[in-house]
Amino acid sequence: MRIAIIDTSTSRAAIISDGLREAGLADLVLIDPSRPILAQLGEARPEVVLVNLENPSRDVLEDYFAMSRALARPIAMFVDQSDAEATAAAVDAGVSAYIVDGLTKSRIKPVLELAVRRFQAFARLQDELHEARTALADRTAVDKAKAILIRRRGLDEPAAYALLRNHAMSTNRRIAEVAEAIITSEALMGDVP
Amino acid sequence: MSTFRIGFLPLVDAALPILAHEQGFAAAEGIEIRPVRDMTWATVLDRLLYGHTDAAHLIAPLAIATTLGRGRPATPLAVPFVLGLNGNAVTFSTALAAATGLDDSIADPVRLGAALREVALARAAAGQRLRFGVVHRYSSHNYMLRYWLAGVGIQPDADVELVVTSPPFAADALAAGDVDGICVGEPWNSIAVDRGVGRIALVTAQIWRRGVEKVLALRKAQLDERSAEVGALIRALHAAAAHFVEPDAVEENAAILARPEYCDAPVETVMRAITDRIRLSPGAAPIHYPDFMFQYREAANFPWRSQAAWLYSQMTRWDRTPFSAAEAETAQAVFRPDVYREALAGSAATLPSSSSKLEGAVTEALGVGAAQGRLILGSDTFFDRRAFDPEDIPGYLAEL
Repeated sequence: MRIAIIDTSTSRAAIISDGLREAGLADLVLIDPSRPILAQLGEARPEVVLVNLENPSRDVLEDYFAMSRALARPIAMFVDQSDAEATAAAVDAGVSAYIVDGLTKSRIKPVLELAVRRFQAFARLQDELHEARTALADRTAVDKAKAILIRRRGLDEPAAYALLRNHAMSTNRRIAEVAEAIITSEALMGDVP
Repeated sequence: MSTFRIGFLPLVDAALPILAHEQGFAAAEGIEIRPVRDMTWATVLDRLLYGHTDAAHLIAPLAIATTLGRGRPATPLAVPFVLGLNGNAVTFSTALAAATGLDDSIADPVRLGAALREVALARAAAGQRLRFGVVHRYSSHNYMLRYWLAGVGIQPDADVELVVTSPPFAADALAAGDVDGICVGEPWNSIAVDRGVGRIALVTAQIWRRGVEKVLALRKAQLDERSAEVGALIRALHAAAAHFVEPDAVEENAAILARPEYCDAPVETVMRAITDRIRLSPGAAPIHYPDFMFQYREAANFPWRSQAAWLYSQMTRWDRTPFSAAEAETAQAVFRPDVYREALAGSAATLPSSSSKLEGAVTEALGVGAAQGRLILGSDTFFDRRAFDPEDIPGYLAEL
């Protein structure tokens, strides 16, 4: 069963194909979004196409599938009412799937479920990456603000940190926000004694 | 407060739900609108069907096709409100514009059709068929363009090729030479002209003077469950439509619609569309084409069953499926004049007394029966002066 993956995010496409390969589905075609998609699909002749929900080429793709020029057999969208739950899960995860007509559901379902898990894993990864980046930015800001307090108020490091923390607590703000305010203030008023 | 998440594509004719949200008409009706922007109709439809949204700005034929189960399993949709008539255009590449002799005035559909036919047949004979991009197989753009092409003796799918080009990429497709012409909504024709890659050949109002365009679509089950709230949504959209055509409001409306979270287009480009002024070629002064977009007057928001019937007639014509009386009834029942009437009873809105009419039969202003207010319909003709009788779709199709 040949599966084509079309995704605007190349890293997500890699994560999905890794997952499929681990599950023993090795006949995979990664479509390069920077080259004409339809020509690549025409060459690949896949039986299943996985595409991210928000892919800007979806209307073009669906029309292509409707004309059945890309595939050996007519396409039937996986969205099948008897499988409404699986399909809804897929849409919620941000993936849409197209399959050729006649492919049995028992063969398709594991592919779709795997794609859903991989999409969700990717989303979590993005969240974690975002958190990690934020944490790093926060720490840099706090360090800078501490340096400013040490220099301008003659404090040592623990005292500078305590000042930041106490001010954050008393004004109900995050320490990083207070630190950003100090950095901004320093940038604007740096020369004023 | 009751919330409606409404899916839309970045198009000027998504104006009414956006303005109902931005200008307080939704709040005045005690509801909240949350616009949800996407880039393809496939995504807008998936979100509607799987409950990411409660309603959608949708191409009218897609609501019917979804209900009939064309291209995917059938899910009943309901259209209680028409978001506007026309507002689209056919834009040629600069090369095709030159080959068909377009000048700086708005073209005549019959004369331009004859010129295009010569070019199209020559290209087909040379094995290089002209290619036109439409926004979706189930769009009024597809049906209007095909109606015109077939009407001037150019057979779609045989003499010329029609492919799908999503609105935000239509100008790029023209620029890259992937297509020779596009039929798309605003601001995307004007953007192609301003980029110097195309020239507006016709506006769709020249093909059908009162052609049904985008609609508000909901899952039918949702409409039934939330009927009182849907009534409030219809009243909010109707108030937004009245506001949309106020001359004093156009500048502010254009500024809102142009914003990055909506059309993400230059204010001046949006302004041209909503004031019916069209720049046909790069650098030219915009010309005024009355009723280019038609969002309010003449009960434009009323979902006529006969509009759905015409769309169904074109669906059988171009899907090449046999006419079915049962399908025709299902298609017409997608449009819900009953829900529209109930929501606006007792308001200042004009309510037609009939739910269906001959389409394309009004050649000069005509007073028609209204259950509320006064209704005078302007000319609604097709370019070939053929009228459509929703009671006799097979007869109509046989003569096309």
